[in-house]
Amino acid sequence: MSLILFAEQVLNGLQLGVMLFLMAAGLTLVFGVMGLINLAHGSLFMIGAFAAAAVAGATGSFLLALMAALAAAAAAGALVELVVIRRLYNRDHLDQVLATFALILIFSEGTRWVFGSFPLFLNIPDYLAGPVTLPGGIQYPFYRLTLILIGLAVALGLFLLISRTRLGIQIRAGENDREMIAALGINISGLYTIVFALGAALAGLAGALVGAIQSVQVGMGEPVLILAFVVIVIGGIGSIKGALVGSILVGLTDTLGGLLLPELFRQFMDSSAASSAGSALASMLIYILMAAVLIVRPTGLFGAKA
Amino acid sequence: MTEPILQTIGITKSFGALQASQDISIDLRPGEIHALIGPNGAGKSTLIKQIAGGLRPDAGKVLFRGEDVTPLGTAERARRGLARTFQISALAMEDTVLQNALLGAMGAGGTAFRFLRPALAQRDLRAVAENALELVGLSAHAATPTFELSHGQRRQLEVAVALTLAPKAFVMDEPMAGLGFEGSKNLTGFLDGLRHTAPILLVEHDMDAVFALADRVSVLVYGRIIATGTVEEIRNDPDVRVAYLGEDA
Amino acid sequence: MSREQILNAAVMLALVAFPLWAWATDEPFLITLTTKAAILALAGVGLNIALGLGGLVSLGHAAFFGIGGYAMGVLASHAQLYDPILETPFLIEGTKSMPIIWLVAITASGLAALAIGALSLRTSGVYFIMITLAFGQMLYFFAISWPAYGGEDGLSIYVRNDFPGLNTLDPIQFYVIVLALLAAVLFLTSRLAKSSFGLALNAARQSPMRVETVGISPYRLRLIAFTISGMITGLAGALFADLNRFVSPTMLSWQTSGEIMVFVIIGGVARLFGPVVGAMLFILLEHLLGGLSDYWHVYLGVLLLLIVLFARGGVIGSLAGRGKAHD
Repeated sequence: MSLILFAEQVLNGLQLGVMLFLMAAGLTLVFGVMGLINLAHGSLFMIGAFAAAAVAGATGSFLLALMAALAAAAAAGALVELVVIRRLYNRDHLDQVLATFALILIFSEGTRWVFGSFPLFLNIPDYLAGPVTLPGGIQYPFYRLTLILIGLAVALGLFLLISRTRLGIQIRAGENDREMIAALGINISGLYTIVFALGAALAGLAGALVGAIQSVQVGMGEPVLILAFVVIVIGGIGSIKGALVGSILVGLTDTLGGLLLPELFRQFMDSSAASSAGSALASMLIYILMAAVLIVRPTGLFGAKA
Repeated sequence: MTEPILQTIGITKSFGALQASQDISIDLRPGEIHALIGPNGAGKSTLIKQIAGGLRPDAGKVLFRGEDVTPLGTAERARRGLARTFQISALAMEDTVLQNALLGAMGAGGTAFRFLRPALAQRDLRAVAENALELVGLSAHAATPTFELSHGQRRQLEVAVALTLAPKAFVMDEPMAGLGFEGSKNLTGFLDGLRHTAPILLVEHDMDAVFALADRVSVLVYGRIIATGTVEEIRNDPDVRVAYLGEDA
Repeated sequence: MSREQILNAAVMLALVAFPLWAWATDEPFLITLTTKAAILALAGVGLNIALGLGGLVSLGHAAFFGIGGYAMGVLASHAQLYDPILETPFLIEGTKSMPIIWLVAITASGLAALAIGALSLRTSGVYFIMITLAFGQMLYFFAISWPAYGGEDGLSIYVRNDFPGLNTLDPIQFYVIVLALLAAVLFLTSRLAKSSFGLALNAARQSPMRVETVGISPYRLRLIAFTISGMITGLAGALFADLNRFVSPTMLSWQTSGEIMVFVIIGGVARLFGPVVGAMLFILLEHLLGGLSDYWHVYLGVLLLLIVLFARGGVIGSLAGRGKAHD
């Protein structure tokens, strides 16, 4: 295997990782601040992708499509928070699971109703198409490189938001002590809606960005949602840093496992058996990683002690 | 002097910069009530957790009936006869009073893993449970759902569950908390007799109860035992008066 | 008899009378529909032991349902091709015998539940939900990427498996088998709930500290409950695959986990017959709403949302009133 192929896969792993981070960050914020588990986060990812595909189809502008994705997902998030989610903060996790599962059903079938069952396509804009040559002679798709950069920029922005701004202070206060932020006279329900909409916007952005390299269809959000759960279990609930580290770990493990395991099995098996056994094991690798973290640190790498 | 039943030797525990327990050595002897008092935040709960299980000391040992139980969990210490009651009742609220008592009998008998025989039909368990309810005076409420009990009755049930374990020692965390005058008086009378069943390590804020019951008192301040002695000795101890009783006086 | 017991008896009566009526009026489709409801009910009875009695919100029960299904698929596909599963070091052949398939399904799903439970139960709350969901997804992707047993396309079986003395291809005879298993499991579950173990497990849900301070390990209680729960759901999976003569990764998908949980809740969590009522209603809704609109899941979603937000306790809770399922 060439070094160039390996480097390319590392970049692919990073790209998957930063997109997972956009999902996981919102989930972990919502859990950290409101104590809510939201299964419908994948639906917001899907809404972002569909909004982007629809707007790109109508206007031909990718930038407008991204803005539409952010706006649609944030609006859907805020609406859902106001109508349903805020009734769930004081409920047990079972009720939260069921209600947000119901939201998945409503969003998924509703989207199918509006857009039909056929996948939509979102094209990469011309100015981001084609490969670029990186130092070391690696040819890499410009668009995917852009995704990595956007993901890292959002991560940086999120860290700054939380450490430097007034909203960030309120979020941190909410994570530590819910009664304190009430005592400080912060409008909790307003804060909750904003945090939820922020998480939704990040998910919608991820959906739109990823939508250009895969097809936009109903049900696209849930596999990503479950990967984001794995990220959170590995990184620790409520920790943005944990979400980032977990995302990159999961992204790299998944991508490199698919490349390296069949290669490894070929050392002592015939080729076709090796690739099927290798890819079957590779599909389980991130869950094995999760299990390993659970054995060593049940609360995740950066999670607070329960 | 008789061998202590329960003993801590040099227990130390800190959380970050906070020294919650500093080199604590106390013991509990047969037939006595040993009260542990101290202002809020002195580290009483932390100490209780280390004695009953659930929190491992950074250094030091817990001996129970001569055996080092420091590495053992709560359940294992309970099976050896260390019975604990809680400050905030930790009962199965949806279950009946009898079911809560049965739970203790099951734990003591190691029979929780019987899968098909109805729990209520097992005579051996029922005998133990009903006997304990009888002792605390809750027999009439055996079929009552626990959430319907009054605060004082829940306290009695806590003690009854502890009794089903046929304990060799009790660790009681503020059993008087939240009880009215009448309730405290009744429970005081009951605990007074209970010390002959098994000795009691009693964490308590109610000074009337402590002074009425305790054979010995230990005073915990800022994670340190500053004095141990009889009620008289503690009352007259100048350190204690400054550190603790002075605040109340 | 309490209202709940009367309700349970009525449900059981319906499960006997309705298919008999369908048989008498020659409506095999309705028998098959009832069979499906009874099998899903069985899967739900399994989940209810973890969820209702143990308070363990498992979103990964599709794993056990699917393992049961694949146990059937693997054994029967080898048998129909006369191709042994293993030749060295010793011979293992496939089988078309239902009782053997059930045993294998129960054992395999039980072992999987033991392993998944041992890891997941180290955590609690939201972690537990996410981890069981993730392990379920792991098996789903494994089934898709493992080509030997059909991969994404699944596995078809030509003829339904055999049961001694019965013609399993006759819908009513297959239904009798399913109903007998459901009744047996319901009976055992009601005994389990009243047993020492059930009492301790239920107490561990309400107050783990209490259970621990009387010398019982909540972890052990929960692990055993989770394993039993997985075994029952696995048995249901084997029957479900046999009903369809088909097994595919869909049985392992997270939607399956969600749906099993949904009808347990709709029926009434921690109620003995909650999953039965829930499964019947679920199939009825699927049939009625599915006929009304292709997008019937929207209605199901709205209904579920309303139940969660405003009608806790499910159907049995609403009809039989407050009070405990198991006393």
